[in-house]
Amino acid sequence: FLSSSQMWCASICPASLPPFIVPLRMCMTNCPTLIVTVGLPARGKTYISKKLTRYLNWIGVPTKEFNVGQYRRDCVKIYKSFEFFRPDNEEGLKIRKQCASAALNDVQQYLGEEGGQVAVFDATNTTRERRETIVRFAEQNGYKVFFVESVCEDPDVIAENIVQVKLGSPDYTDCNTDEAIEDFMKRIKCYENSYQTLDEDLDRELSFIKIIDVGRRYLVNRVLDHIQSRIVYYLMNIHITPRSIYLCRHGESDLNVKGRIGGDSGLSLRGKEFARYLAKFIQDQNIKDLKVWTSQMKRTIQTAEALSVPYEQWKALNEIDAGVCEEMMYEEIQENYPLEFALRDQDKYRYRYPKGESYEDLVQRLEPVIMELERQENVLVICHQAVMRCLLAYFLDKSADELPYLKCPLHTVLKLTPVAYGCKVESISLNVDAVNTHRDKPEVGPHCTAWGPVSSNMRSVPVLSATCTLGLELLSRRISDRWLLNRGDILKPVRLDLFPHFVFPAE
Amino acid sequence: MCYLFLIANIPFSDFFSLSSVPQFTNSPTLIVMVGLPARGKTYISKKLTRYLNWIGVPTKVFNLGQYRREAVQAYKTFEFFLPDNEEAMKIRKACAITALKDIHHYFTQEQGQVAVFDATNTTRDRRADILCFAKESGYKVFFVESICDDPDIIEANIMEVKLSSPDYQDCDKEEALVDFLKRIECYKMSYVPLDDEMDRNLSYIKIFNVGFRYLVNRVQDHIQSRIVYYLMNIHVTPRSIYLCRHGESELNLLGRIGGDSGLSPRGNKFACTLAGFIQSQCIRNLKVWTSHMKRTIQTAEALGVAYEQWKALNEIDAGVCEELTYEEIQEHYPEEFALRDQDKYRYRYPKGESYEDLVHRLEPVIMELERQENVLVVCHQAVMRCLLAYFLDKSAEELPYLKCPLHTVLKLTPVAYGCKVESVFLNVEAVNTHRDRPVNVDVSRDPQDALLTVPEHI
Repeated sequence: FLSSSQMWCASICPASLPPFIVPLRMCMTNCPTLIVTVGLPARGKTYISKKLTRYLNWIGVPTKEFNVGQYRRDCVKIYKSFEFFRPDNEEGLKIRKQCASAALNDVQQYLGEEGGQVAVFDATNTTRERRETIVRFAEQNGYKVFFVESVCEDPDVIAENIVQVKLGSPDYTDCNTDEAIEDFMKRIKCYENSYQTLDEDLDRELSFIKIIDVGRRYLVNRVLDHIQSRIVYYLMNIHITPRSIYLCRHGESDLNVKGRIGGDSGLSLRGKEFARYLAKFIQDQNIKDLKVWTSQMKRTIQTAEALSVPYEQWKALNEIDAGVCEEMMYEEIQENYPLEFALRDQDKYRYRYPKGESYEDLVQRLEPVIMELERQENVLVICHQAVMRCLLAYFLDKSADELPYLKCPLHTVLKLTPVAYGCKVESISLNVDAVNTHRDKPEVGPHCTAWGPVSSNMRSVPVLSATCTLGLELLSRRISDRWLLNRGDILKPVRLDLFPHFVFPAE
Repeated sequence: MCYLFLIANIPFSDFFSLSSVPQFTNSPTLIVMVGLPARGKTYISKKLTRYLNWIGVPTKVFNLGQYRREAVQAYKTFEFFLPDNEEAMKIRKACAITALKDIHHYFTQEQGQVAVFDATNTTRDRRADILCFAKESGYKVFFVESICDDPDIIEANIMEVKLSSPDYQDCDKEEALVDFLKRIECYKMSYVPLDDEMDRNLSYIKIFNVGFRYLVNRVQDHIQSRIVYYLMNIHVTPRSIYLCRHGESELNLLGRIGGDSGLSPRGNKFACTLAGFIQSQCIRNLKVWTSHMKRTIQTAEALGVAYEQWKALNEIDAGVCEELTYEEIQEHYPEEFALRDQDKYRYRYPKGESYEDLVHRLEPVIMELERQENVLVVCHQAVMRCLLAYFLDKSAEELPYLKCPLHTVLKLTPVAYGCKVESVFLNVEAVNTHRDRPVNVDVSRDPQDALLTVPEHI
């Protein structure tokens, strides 16, 4: 059955079963959002676009950036000089306008057919006329528009931008540094005369944030909805002061040694050794004003204690809750919960342990940690395997599919340093042996399951019979909760699009 | 209060003769309101204070008007506020000094973390004095300026909160309105708003026309960032928030806590009655929110409208005590049971959560409730207590004992500086799940003492 509301479905079930309710996660904003950057060249528009896109994707909002400069490079194979950007260069203008249109077409495709939620239109968009065209385009398609303008007159900041990201651009591969800088400065000049900044009065009907001098001041106008509010909050918390983030796990724990997951055990002897090595490593690095964060679990706290510096405990950094599987070995999970084990391998990111959490839940609970990491400068985060994977995925822009399989071995420190549009990673193993706790994605099909890192037996999962069919429409919708029906049991939701058959009590 | 007149001529900086203290990240924060009268400063102060206290940051408002009312027993007319009224000026300055002194006491002796200095603070001099005071003690300063030139909004403010002020007890509405508008004029002449250039080194947020636009300058730290985010999410559009629990569940009937059971027959009846009630209220654009648990979902299903599930609205996790009756908890975990009664707000069930944890996880829900207009939240007992405590400014001590019976809808309507509450019992009987704090909370108490306040069940 389909209820009167388009968002919900209920199934036809044998009368003896309670109604099977399949909930759909409703989006808080149903219209897609078009974020439009505004600003002269070298004002950090692309930096902001990429960072914002990475953040939104990490929190689960499908986002993509559309960089008009990229379209221009695809169209005009070879960049000669700034003259292309002169306001009186008719041919240049024509090409640039076409590129903008092509990009908007792709935006339409992404937000319409590809299930995108937010598109970031990264271009100068410095004239009111160009912005009006975009607003009209958005209105026709039912998108909300949010402008992000970056205004900066500090010559040092602009020079640094040019050195960091422009010189390495494909436009300047065959130029030397001085020539490139000179050409780029002339390029900026081409835009300056026609630049119409977002105005408090003329543009008061638009939704926008104006970022002034890299975050010294912000002007926020007409924030329409939750996603814009989140975007504004995020943009107001990021900074570009050089710093490094150190991520590592606690030292090897007693449960690690026994091959058991979760729990709250203390450090093994080797774990304690690692803690001492970590203290020395940190000292040698000579880090300015380092903040140290741990979770509220014994193993991270004991690791931090060895550093003899103040540290802050975050409950949000606690390891993923494995629910009924807490403190089990993978072999025991396979023995007691073979179905769960298989389902987890099918979709490790969304799979939620019974009475526990999923990686998806973890990301949600780690979001305040990420926000605070953005605000801070040098930080060492001592955490856990699943938690470290989530944080790493944020900094290195890894997808939900890759995230649960990122390698985060014990006794290894990852040093992340933001550079250009991304993050440099240095992996430092502190030379203290530890067990391997990494379990790769096994070969799985609907009738197979696999063991953990110890053995590679393949065993088939019992074939599940369906005594009830649900509409194809249900199967194709993405559901973020799992339901599993057992005889006389409590209803819990299940990933229908992964699981080809359903378990129902035999009647 | 005579001494106020004697010290009125001493500048602020001499009065607080402490050497400058460096600012650490956990230095207290002084929020300074700026703006003409009837611009919502007190509304913002009280709301912000309520929010910060709820999330666990000890905060207090220091309203200068209150100090003035205590110093000058009877308010006569707007003439007190004329810029050339020297005697009044002395009194007003003395009040400001006293308020700052109390703030200093709040920070140093009462473990306060944030103080909101609610006054007009419309001149650069006054703000400079406050900055001086703060610098000497190492307090961070964050200005919140409210600018409004919409005469309708200003008049609505005056009608809602000024006419009922103690200042105008014996006046009729028309007279009061006229007097207050003249009072505003007294300030206008010397009003210097925070300036883009001259005040570029200060930390502040300027709110234009009740949230139409914001200007944020130099946010220093996490708490200021949170304050800005909060202020940018609140609004004054009239609306109501409906809070209720799921219908009576199977486990409720058995006197068992937690779990994820479905509705009992009476619970189902409640859900249908709720649908009727909601329809009869004719609420514009109502949003419906539930948790991820069956009993709230089943309740919402009966409404026949789209609804949104929030994991954050799930009931408090009772850890090892999930699905136990209170009698069983007393039998298996008597010590835990007693510890919980000793500090129900902070007590965390083994492998479970505390009310304090709940508040932390409900903060995004509160933020979204602030953004929204009409919302019906179908949730659970502990969750509803936390939400209610936020709206009704209840302390951590009161929160875990707020009465949230089954089958009763609470309609909250923001009014003036607070919230009007209407309780509607939908006439479908249900078990009582409320357990008062017993008298004996000692760890070595008798089982009878522990179970004295347990409600009836099957």
